Amino acid sequence: MSKSDMTDTADTADTADTADTAGADLSTAPREEAIGGPTLGVVGWIRWFWRQLTSMRVALILLFLLSLGAVPGSLIPQTSADEMKVADFKKAHETLTPLYEKLQLFDVYSSVWFSAIYILLFVSLIGCIVPRTWQFVGQLRGLPPGAPKRLTRLPAYTTWRTEADPEEVREAALAVLKGRRFRAREAGDAVAAEKGYLREVGNLLFHLALIVMLVAFAWGQLLKSEGGKLVVEGDGFSNTLTQYDDFKAGSWFGVDELEPFSFTLDSFTGTYEKSGPQRGTPRTFEAAVTYTRGDGKDEKAVIRVNEPLKVGDSKVYLIAHGYAPVVTVKDGRGKTVFRGAVPLLPLDNNLTSRGAIKVMDGYRDKNGEPEQLGFNAFFVPTFAGDGKGDMFSQFPALDFPAMALSGYHGDLRVNSGLPQNVYQLDLSKMTQYKIDEGTGVAKRMLPGETMTLPDGAGSITFEKEIKEWASFQVSQQPGNGLALAGAIAAIAGLTGSLFIQRRRIWVRAVRGEDGTTVVEMAGLGRSESAKLPEELADLAVALTATAPPAPEPAAPEPESTQDPAAKSEGAEK
Amino acid sequence: MILAAETNESLAQMSNTLVYSSMAVYTLAFLAHIAEWVFGSRSKVGRTAAALTQPETKATVSVQVKAAGGTTVLDRPKVVTRAAAGARDVPDGPGAAGGTVKGDLYGRIAVSLTTLAFLIEAAGVVSRAIAVQRAPWGNMYEFSTTFSTVAVGTYLAFLLAGKNVRWIGLPLVTTVLLDLGVATTWLYTESDQLVPALDSYWLWIHVSTAIFCGAVFYLGAVATLMYLVRDSYENKLANGGTPSGFARSVLERLPSAASLDKFSYRVNAAVFPLWTFTIIAGAIWAGDAWGRYWGWDAKEVWSFITWVGYAAYLHARATAGWKGRKAAYIALVAFGCFLFNYYGVNIFVSSKHSYAGV
Ligand code: HEM
Repeated sequence: MSKSDMTDTADTADTADTADTAGADLSTAPREEAIGGPTLGVVGWIRWFWRQLTSMRVALILLFLLSLGAVPGSLIPQTSADEMKVADFKKAHETLTPLYEKLQLFDVYSSVWFSAIYILLFVSLIGCIVPRTWQFVGQLRGLPPGAPKRLTRLPAYTTWRTEADPEEVREAALAVLKGRRFRAREAGDAVAAEKGYLREVGNLLFHLALIVMLVAFAWGQLLKSEGGKLVVEGDGFSNTLTQYDDFKAGSWFGVDELEPFSFTLDSFTGTYEKSGPQRGTPRTFEAAVTYTRGDGKDEKAVIRVNEPLKVGDSKVYLIAHGYAPVVTVKDGRGKTVFRGAVPLLPLDNNLTSRGAIKVMDGYRDKNGEPEQLGFNAFFVPTFAGDGKGDMFSQFPALDFPAMALSGYHGDLRVNSGLPQNVYQLDLSKMTQYKIDEGTGVAKRMLPGETMTLPDGAGSITFEKEIKEWASFQVSQQPGNGLALAGAIAAIAGLTGSLFIQRRRIWVRAVRGEDGTTVVEMAGLGRSESAKLPEELADLAVALTATAPPAPEPAAPEPESTQDPAAKSEGAEK
Repeated sequence: MILAAETNESLAQMSNTLVYSSMAVYTLAFLAHIAEWVFGSRSKVGRTAAALTQPETKATVSVQVKAAGGTTVLDRPKVVTRAAAGARDVPDGPGAAGGTVKGDLYGRIAVSLTTLAFLIEAAGVVSRAIAVQRAPWGNMYEFSTTFSTVAVGTYLAFLLAGKNVRWIGLPLVTTVLLDLGVATTWLYTESDQLVPALDSYWLWIHVSTAIFCGAVFYLGAVATLMYLVRDSYENKLANGGTPSGFARSVLERLPSAASLDKFSYRVNAAVFPLWTFTIIAGAIWAGDAWGRYWGWDAKEVWSFITWVGYAAYLHARATAGWKGRKAAYIALVAFGCFLFNYYGVNIFVSSKHSYAGV
């Protein structure tokens, strides 16, 4: 061993030579070409550019760029994930913002430069796969290449002498190799065999699957729709555009593609940890619904955080929840002008909530003039108790609900043309009521209590019934099936590509000078692997059944058997 | 009801005790490994030792398998192997014990202690799982304990399979101690149930594979690092340089650069498909929990970066001019991305995943 270590320089060059020709097409990886400028005009340039783009080196660089390019999006707030955070960031960093905007750093994953990287990568990928597939088909149709002249130069090698005839040995070798599912043939004085084509199939499948996944994503983006809807217990929703609170769709989406279905929220249940350090942490969220498909039959279902309701192509996700206290508003004559559940917006984890009650029409003041009423509501499901600090909720469940209300009258400006926030009042045309109770403008109430408005303007009652609301997201995204198929194919292909070894085996049997047959076996793998020599040894053992080793001629120097080159040369003499 | 709660409380308590006990045993294993390295340095190591381990050749049926940088005897034809063109044909070092009896004894003690610590730690993880009645992967404390258990388990499995990996022992035990120290002092979270968003069978699938991938990538990264060190050492020798005494004593005992490189490649390549699966499983789960499969959330972004990093590593190995050391650097960067995803994203970046609890 140490000997061949030292004297290997010339040898190695030779090895490379043999291994290169014999293993030239063991993989369909593109040949690396020296970087050199093109020589031939425009066509030359284009061809040069294409060759560069589809080389492994450029693919590697593009992979780097892709991972580098993904980084800023995880550190800078993204519009697609959280617009509020982007707005905050812009406020906090006034000098950086214009630069970031120019570089599209708030929309990294849809930016021109990020798209350019992955599109180039995929063009490169296609430009790489197509010729590789052709080349591989060629290899499949061709035969395993014949044995190199000097088998001793290959990475795994063994030899012995036998009394059997060379033809017999070759025949046996062919049978043994074919029995082990090698593609094998006889070529001259040797048998050539190859196995592990599935590696290449896996590799091509993997890269192809990446393209399939990309196409599926693009397809899904163009055709998807996604809408949000807040539903109070007892209320319903039907899947038409006008019912949504907000709605987004891809550019190829057609409204008539909305899945026809409707549902009613029967009840929403939230439970929370009652004690311990995690007190208040949510434990379950469940929305019990009754839904109807196009055909009109009612079905019951429970939607949970991890368990959306699937109706046809659509999925209904449970996104958020909150409280909707029921209030009754009466005018001065005692006529009920508003009664309903008012969804409030949660402000913290204990569901301290805020919102607005708007009485748009039906109310008349004491002179009989139509007027609009508005109330600011501040609600806590679990009140700390009188005089115990600010009015913030102590626990998310309805243990001790309380609500503070302050009233206004005048014009709510709902028809001003400006979009209005349902949780806020536009106070520019409103006058606040002064009241005798509470703080003089607002009153804190317990369920069942009523606040009387001054001068016979009416009253508002905080009813005992407090409802919950849940908000849902309804999404429809075609292409998921295709993406999943792509993903499974990618994993399968990858597994084949990384675990299967493609290798060639040659068995040469020739009559030696002394009349016995010299059997030489050698193996060459796509990559160096410990399995190859073992497999070669296995094959050799199988072959010794037909070609049992002949007794060694006297005194082969143990030292010289260490050097395969020297030994086989001895055999050839 | 109350009774059940009490059992859980005491089980959780027991889990903590077990984790602390395992740290004590790992510390002993660490000391034993140190002793192994120290006693091993007193022997004449290196080529001479390696030469001794070469098999006797069987004269009758010239039967031998000689792997590049290592030798195996088979009861079968002797297969001569050669390193790939241009590769050095250097034998593996004799291991930390350096072929000394005393070093070897300490090495065996270290491995036994590591096995014991592993069993104790695994019992700690399991009792925690029983205490909380769910997969024990609800927060970073639980990730960290499971992570080191799996890493050590994988290492022991390699040992059991007869792989030449005992040299990983010292770095592994060191990091496990660090990992557990960080977990118990900074990341500790009372045992508790899961928030609804985490309560899904995908937790079992996605998080278990993620932890396993992390543990194996870690072993790969250690091997890669060792490869780089050993490779420069071999380079220096090959160019006629004289490495420092420390390098000669320590590095000579490591497996050859070629073996280390092969080991790290195998390990990284073998988990890469599983990592791909982990990301896809995560996407499917996100689809159920949040109504979108992929939202470029920080955790998703860094999983993706890690994935592209390892893909780049695999490509680099197949690209002329990038093989060897450059590919190794890429593998280390990719592992760095994995680590950042694990600690960095949970701690520094606000992400939808941060409810997993620091
Ligand atoms: C979308 C980005 C890509 C990813 C994630 C990817 C991933 C992979 C992986 C994991 C392997 C297995 C490596 C191995 O067998 O050792 C591989 C092999 C390969 N890739 Fe890609 N690839 C991508 C793009 C490309 C492109 C653009 C090309 C064309 C230039 C390419 C060419 C190859 C070749 C030739 C191999 C075979 C190397 C070998 O057999 O060792 N890949 N790729």
